[in-house]
Parts: sequence; C-alpha cells; structure tokens
Amino acid sequence: MLSGPPINWVLLVIGAWLAIGFLGIVALRIFGIVAKIFFPLGGLAGFVLAIISAKALTSGVVESRVLPIGLPQLQFHLRMDQLSSFFLLILGVTTVGISLFSAGYFRKGAGTAPGLLCLEFHFFLASMALVLIADDAYSFMLAWESMALSSYFLVTANHRIPKIRAAGFLYLCIAHIGAIAILLSFGILQANTGDYTFANMRLQEISPFWASAAFLFAIFGFGAKAGILPLHIWLPEAHPAAPSPVSALMSGVMIKMAVYGFLRVAFDLLHIQIWWWGVLLLALGIATALFGVIFATVQTDMKRLLAYSSIENIGLLFAAMGLALLFRSYGMNELSALALTASLYHVGAHALFKSLLFLTTGSVLHATGERNLGKLGGLIRFMPWVTGLALIGILASSGLPPFSGFVSEWLLLQSFLFTPGLPQSFLNMLVPVAAASIALVAALAGYAMVKFFGVVFLGQPREEKLREAHDAGTLEKLGMLWLALATVVLGLAPNFLLRFIDPVTQILVGKGLASSSRANGWWLITPTSLERASYSPIYFLLGVALASALVFVVVRIFYHGRLRRSPAWSGGHAWQNARMQDTAEGYGQPIRQIFESFFDLERHLPRPEESEPEYRVVVNDKFWKGLYLPIARITEFISAQVGRLQQGRISIYLLYSFLTLLVTLLMVPGVRR
Amino acid sequence: MSLSQFLSQIFATLAALLIAPLLLGWVNQVRAWLANRSGPGIFMPYRLLHKLFNKESVVADTASPLFRFVPYLIFGCLLLASAIIPTLSTDLPLARAADAIALVGLFALARVFIALAAMDIGTAFGTLGARREMLIGFLAEPALLTVLFSSSLIANSTALKTIVQTVSQREFTIYPSLVFAAMAFVLIFLAENARVPVDNPATHLELTMIHEALILEYSGRHLAILEWAAALKLFAYSTIGIALFLPWGITDGRSPVQMLIALAFLIFKLAILGGVLALVETFSAKLRIFRVPEFLATAFLLGVIGMLTNILLGT
Repeated sequence: MLSGPPINWVLLVIGAWLAIGFLGIVALRIFGIVAKIFFPLGGLAGFVLAIISAKALTSGVVESRVLPIGLPQLQFHLRMDQLSSFFLLILGVTTVGISLFSAGYFRKGAGTAPGLLCLEFHFFLASMALVLIADDAYSFMLAWESMALSSYFLVTANHRIPKIRAAGFLYLCIAHIGAIAILLSFGILQANTGDYTFANMRLQEISPFWASAAFLFAIFGFGAKAGILPLHIWLPEAHPAAPSPVSALMSGVMIKMAVYGFLRVAFDLLHIQIWWWGVLLLALGIATALFGVIFATVQTDMKRLLAYSSIENIGLLFAAMGLALLFRSYGMNELSALALTASLYHVGAHALFKSLLFLTTGSVLHATGERNLGKLGGLIRFMPWVTGLALIGILASSGLPPFSGFVSEWLLLQSFLFTPGLPQSFLNMLVPVAAASIALVAALAGYAMVKFFGVVFLGQPREEKLREAHDAGTLEKLGMLWLALATVVLGLAPNFLLRFIDPVTQILVGKGLASSSRANGWWLITPTSLERASYSPIYFLLGVALASALVFVVVRIFYHGRLRRSPAWSGGHAWQNARMQDTAEGYGQPIRQIFESFFDLERHLPRPEESEPEYRVVVNDKFWKGLYLPIARITEFISAQVGRLQQGRISIYLLYSFLTLLVTLLMVPGVRR
Repeated sequence: MSLSQFLSQIFATLAALLIAPLLLGWVNQVRAWLANRSGPGIFMPYRLLHKLFNKESVVADTASPLFRFVPYLIFGCLLLASAIIPTLSTDLPLARAADAIALVGLFALARVFIALAAMDIGTAFGTLGARREMLIGFLAEPALLTVLFSSSLIANSTALKTIVQTVSQREFTIYPSLVFAAMAFVLIFLAENARVPVDNPATHLELTMIHEALILEYSGRHLAILEWAAALKLFAYSTIGIALFLPWGITDGRSPVQMLIALAFLIFKLAILGGVLALVETFSAKLRIFRVPEFLATAFLLGVIGMLTNILLGT
C-alpha cells in the first residue's frame, strides 16, 4: 500500500488539498456537501500524509524534485528529508482530527460562505505542507506567504465584527514583518552567489559575523510567526477571533512551521554554531515561557488563556533548541541530540494537546455562546464527552505524568542537568537559574490549566442558559477523540515517537536517542543510562490504577459502599449560589499579586454613592504601551512628515521631477566637469 | 520481575501504608506532650480512619462522578509515590519506573486532582481551597525540584536509587550544597504537608485553612481515604528527606533480614523527624496567607543557591 517515492505522495496530497479547496468554490453555498464530504476528505488526505511521512522517516530515503514552475532562473526545488518528514507527520496526524472536527463544527450562515472557508482551510493545509518540502528560498517564501494569507482569511471568517478585522490586521502585519526578516536571512545565507537553493546555502562558508546576522534575522522572522517575546502580541488577539478549528490549526501546527524553519536555518543551512546563539535563544525562550504562563493564569477569556499557554509552550520549545545549539557549539553532540529530542517531542505533544484544547473550546462556544470564563461553569453535567476530552488535554498541557507533556518536560530537565559538563564556568552558572525557571513554568502551567478546566467545566453553572448546553456532535467528538487518543499514546509509549525523532536528530547533529532509550524495554525510557535516569509511564498508569482499584475493592469488602445524596454542606452556610464560586478573576488574583510588576493593571473600584456598583480589573500586556504604541506613533509621525511632500499641486510635482533629474545628472560621471 | 523482587516491593509498600498513620499519630502525640497535654496516643489516626470508614458517605447532589473518583486516584498516586521512594531498599523493581522528576510529577498529579475535586461542587470554600492549594503548589513544586537537582548534581543522576547509593556509600562529608538544599526542603516539607507556619491541620478557620477547605465536602469513606492519603504524603515527604539527606541504613539488598534492619532504621529516623516536626510546629505561629509566597520563595531561592553552590564548589 502507498508504494512509490514518498515525495510524489506528498505532492499528491498537496494537490488533493488544493483540489478540495477549488471544489469548495464550485459548491460555494451547498453547506451539506462542503461540510460532510469535503472536510472529511481533507482529513483523509492528512491521514495519507501521516502514513507516508512515517514510512519515509523509518526508511531514511531523502528525495528531491524540481518542478518546472516558479521563476525562469529558479524553478521550484522540493526536497523531503527527515526533518521535513517529521513535521509532515505532525501536520498529517493533527489535520485528521481537526478536519473531522471542522466537518461538524462550521455552521450555516455565519460569516464567510462555507465553500470559501473550505478553500481557505485546504489552501492553508497545502501551503504548510509546501513550506515543509520547499528546498529553495523562493518556493519557501511563496509557501510561507500563502500560509500567512490563507490563515489571515480564516482568522477573519467573521469579518463583519470590527474587532476581528483588527485582530486579523495585527496578525497579518506581524507576519509580514517576520517574512521580511526571513527573506533577509536567506539573502545572507546565499552569500552573493545568486543561487537561492538550500543546497547552495549549505555549501557556503560565511564568516561568523554574517552567520550571526543570518541567525538573528532567522530568530526574528521565525519568532514573529511562533510568538517569541516581544512579537507574541498577535497570538492572544488572533486566536479568540478565529473559529476554533482554525485556532487549533494555527496554534497546533502553524507555529510549529516556524520551529521547522528555525531548525532548518540554524542546524542545517548554517555550517557553524556559535555558543552565544544558544544562550540568547535560551534566555529568549525562558523569558517567553515565563511571560506566557503568567499571563495565561490571569486571563478571563478561555481562548486567550490558551493562546498565552501556546506562547509559553513556544518559549519552552525555543529554550530546548537553545540548549541544543549550546551543546552543539561545543561539539557535545549526544547532549545536543537529547535537548533536540526534548524539543521535537514537545512539538508533537503540543500540536496534539493544544489542538484538542482549542477544539473543546469550540464545542463549548457552540453549546453556550460564551467565551468569557466568568459566565461558564458546571459543563461537566451537560457536556460529559467534551469535559473528559478536555481533561486529557489539560493534564497533558500541565506536564503531568503519565501524559505527553510530561515526557518532553522530563527530557528537557534531564538535558539541563548535563550542563555542568559545559566548558565555560559562566554558562554553568546560568544552568541552575534556567532549570529552576523551567520548573516554575511547568508548575504555573498546571495552575493555568486547573483554572481553565475548573472554571469552565466544574462547579455550578454561572448562568441559567448553560443548563441547556448540549454535548458535541458525532463528527466533532470523533475529531477530538483522535487527538486525545494520540495524546495518550504519546504519553504512554514515548519510545514510539522517539523512533521517529531519532532520524531527525541523526541528520541534524549526528546522534540519536532511540537505541539507548529503548535498550531496557519499550516501556521504559532511559535517555542515557539506567543508572542516570529512567521513566516508565506504563508502570505509572498501572501502579496508580492498581492501587486505586485495590483500595476501592478493599473498602467495600471490609466496610461498605453506602452513599447518600444531600445538598452541599459548605461549612454549614445555608445560603449558597453559583455566583459565590471563584471567578476567573478571583482564581488569578494570587498570581496578579505576586507578579504584579509583569502586568499593566487597570482597576475600576466602585464609589460609595453608586447605585449599581461595578468592580472590574483589566490586565493588559505591558508590551502594548511600552513598545507597540510608541512604534505606531513614530510610524504615524513619519508618515505625516512624508505626507507633506504630497501637496496635490501639479507645479510641485513638476518641481520634484526637475530636482530628481538634476540630482541624477549630477551622478552621471563626466557631467560635473 | 522475580518473586523476591515482587515480595520485597510488596513488603516496602505495606510498610509505608501502615507506618504512615502512625507517623501522623506520633507527631500529634509529641505536639500534645509539648503543650503539656497527655495526648490521644499514637494509634488515634487508625481509630479515626476506622470510624470514618464505618460511616456512610454523604455526597452533594451537585457532585459529578469526578468528585467520587478523585479520593481513590489520590490514594493511588501517593501509594505509588511511597513505593517508588527507596524507603527500605534501593533494590526494588518500581524504583525504575520513576526518577526524582517523575516523582514530583506524581505529587503534582495528585494536587491537580484534589484541586479539581474541590472545585467540582461549586461552593465558595472549595474554590478558595483549590486556589490556595494551587498557589502553594506552583511555588513548592519548582522549589522541590531544585532541591532534588542539587542532589542529582552530586550523584550525576536523577534516579533516587543512585542518589541514595552515592551519598550513603561515600565517606561522610558535609556537602555545602546539600545544606542549602536541606534548609529549602524543610520549608517545602512544612508547606506541602499543610503543617503549621503555612496551614494548621487542627482548625477550620476559613481565613487560614487550605487543606481542610479542599476536603470540606468529603465524608465517610472518601474522607477516610483522603486522610490516609494525607498521612501517606507526610510519610513520602519524610522518606524523600531521609533518602536525600540521611540515607544511611537503607539497604542495597532485599533479603528479609536486611529489610527488617532497614525497617528498624527507618522507624528510628521517622520517630526523630516526627519529634522535630512537632517541635517546629509548637514553636512557630501561623503565617498570614499573603506571607506564604515569600516563605516558599525563600525555599525556592535556597534551592537555587544549593545548585549554584554545587556548581561553584564542585560538590
């Protein structure tokens, strides 16, 4: 089955996605066909992609193609190596779940026509796949830009709401600033040869100065897409604006494209690695992670909360990559492979659990019409399926064993504990601080996730209308189940994914983890040796389950199982209502207090004479006032100054032409004499 | 897994299960003595558990299945934790299932679930308890990790088994990093087990309670299981402290004689630790809840200093 060169299959899948997209235009307003046929078909293509890339990873075949399209001088170079295959695998697996969910999610009559959504959605998928197999700067940028544009149109699906248009504009703006930086980075990498293929860039030996410049442009460009501080600003705006499956796709998969691009530039295209690159990336990553998680804990909008949590996860990913770079620059390739494995594992884990969580918010949104945490609550009784699936998502996201988030966190902390081997004492001093910050981030992530789950699904419904909430439809459930299942598998059998990560680290740093990790049995991961560290999620699950079951049975044998239902006791307070539960604001209060200097707080306190007293706290991002508004003001000022040139009188423009002519003439050699 | 491995693991786990309430009873007894009272005797927790198991469980109408399932899960987590920590022997099969980091993860899992269960009914107290528990948790968890890292850096391993072997087999020296780590650990120990400067296990005063607010809606067997789990947590933290800082007496083998000698050592050490804990509790006053973050931040900082010392001095 599925024989033949994998890259042909990938091209076929891309073609299928494009075809489905154009079919959507044909059936522009026939909702039934678009939703129930086209989206599942797209999911099927994703499934094929997953299988193909898994096969390509294990077989180790690297293939190239040159397509006769593109510029006259520069045709489309495509290449599918292990790094591409790994990210294609993630793209494929995640798409299956999200496409199935989308088939049940989109409703008639809201915003963009269903056929158009179908086009944008599948165009988005196809361009992401193309980004991953592009092998020259031109096709890469083309795919990158169509990815940004198609996702922009998806974000603004409900374009009649001004706030959503504004969020979309912000996203597009930052995406393009980032794209310019990526282009500049490629420009440096080709080293004046004029040949923009990646194969040529690999051969160039550029000086450390220019290599550093290319590296910094790459951080800026890919960081803008990923949401690295201070370019994270679009994530919390765009995610709440976008429909949930789109948020899932963007947060789960698209920001991983930035990780891919960065890995491609830093480990593959650049021939050297310098130690301070790693330190810079590590510092940026940790700052981003800490910032993201602290903001996640104080959010009151469930999708914003998840968006900030994505920023946190991207921070962790970049910190892990920074550590890998650091080890790599000192030639400690095995440790570099360990850190890189942690990072790639987290790419997989985060793609699955964050998509899952965004999808559950979609179901909640459909069932209740609310995104505000302060108006939700108690949904476990009305939406048991969604609640159960969300529970898996938050446990993975909090980095708790035996779920997937824990494996990557564990690998990351393990690699940190090897840093005393680094030859510079200054770097050794960084380690305790970095490792402790990672631990703090992981613990805070638990706080944010308990808040998300507890406030949305547990407790009493804070509004009467929530009692009419209904569970997700069959297709939605199927989509989420797929992602949840994959999350559980990743958590329980880490060696399974390590087998696919191994070829990637092999080509990037020349070492792999899979054989040593599997050496003591498939159920046990031992990244270096059994004496050093080992972790077995299966034992974990069995141990907890067995002990729980045993105590359940023993209590019933020796005592009884009698149970009586009664109103909640609550320390004897007679009068209780749903509004007495902690709100989202209340739950975030300790964090607001401890980390007050991080926030730009706006408090509205009621005055004594008000008849309808109102209390409000708004937490703003300091980067808005501190960085973005000044930049916007300066831009406006400069534009206004430039605007003065435009007087609208023909004589003035003639004067400009005359002056230009004069200046150019002066430049012509021989005229000055 | 051979039969002798299996049996020794069962023995260690059962010992943990049975000693845990006794440790709690012992601490309460010493506290009573220090307060010039005669005290209820160290078997009081057992009597309490027996009483609670006999009572019927009253569950709120609004409780979801999660609420009833959580006590068992937490008990499972903490029992597994006690089985993973090398309390008697380093040669137990489950020790490989998790290293120190995974152990902290296990505690975190238990904490997240108890917080979720407390939020489930939707009373003001439950959510308040959940929030405070998570507040303590997010500060104590990284602090505990830094403490464990200090030891890991000495042993070059995060496996508790290797840490115990390294520290106990070397010549006795005072590691400066471990001194800082031990100070941090004491603070974390008090906070995580809801002991006096942070929480008071003896009161239900709404302004101060944390642990009691979490389990306020539980009764009967559910409460009994949670109380037992709390005792197991105290035991687990004590044995982590013993494994990191006083590992002498933990055996390498698993023959019955070795295990029994190790058990005697363990009981001796726990008795002393329990006495010290009671002394600390008697001599300190409850902190205001707003001061708790500072208390734990101190622990966190001490842990980081411990790691830093290790890297600076090389020990």
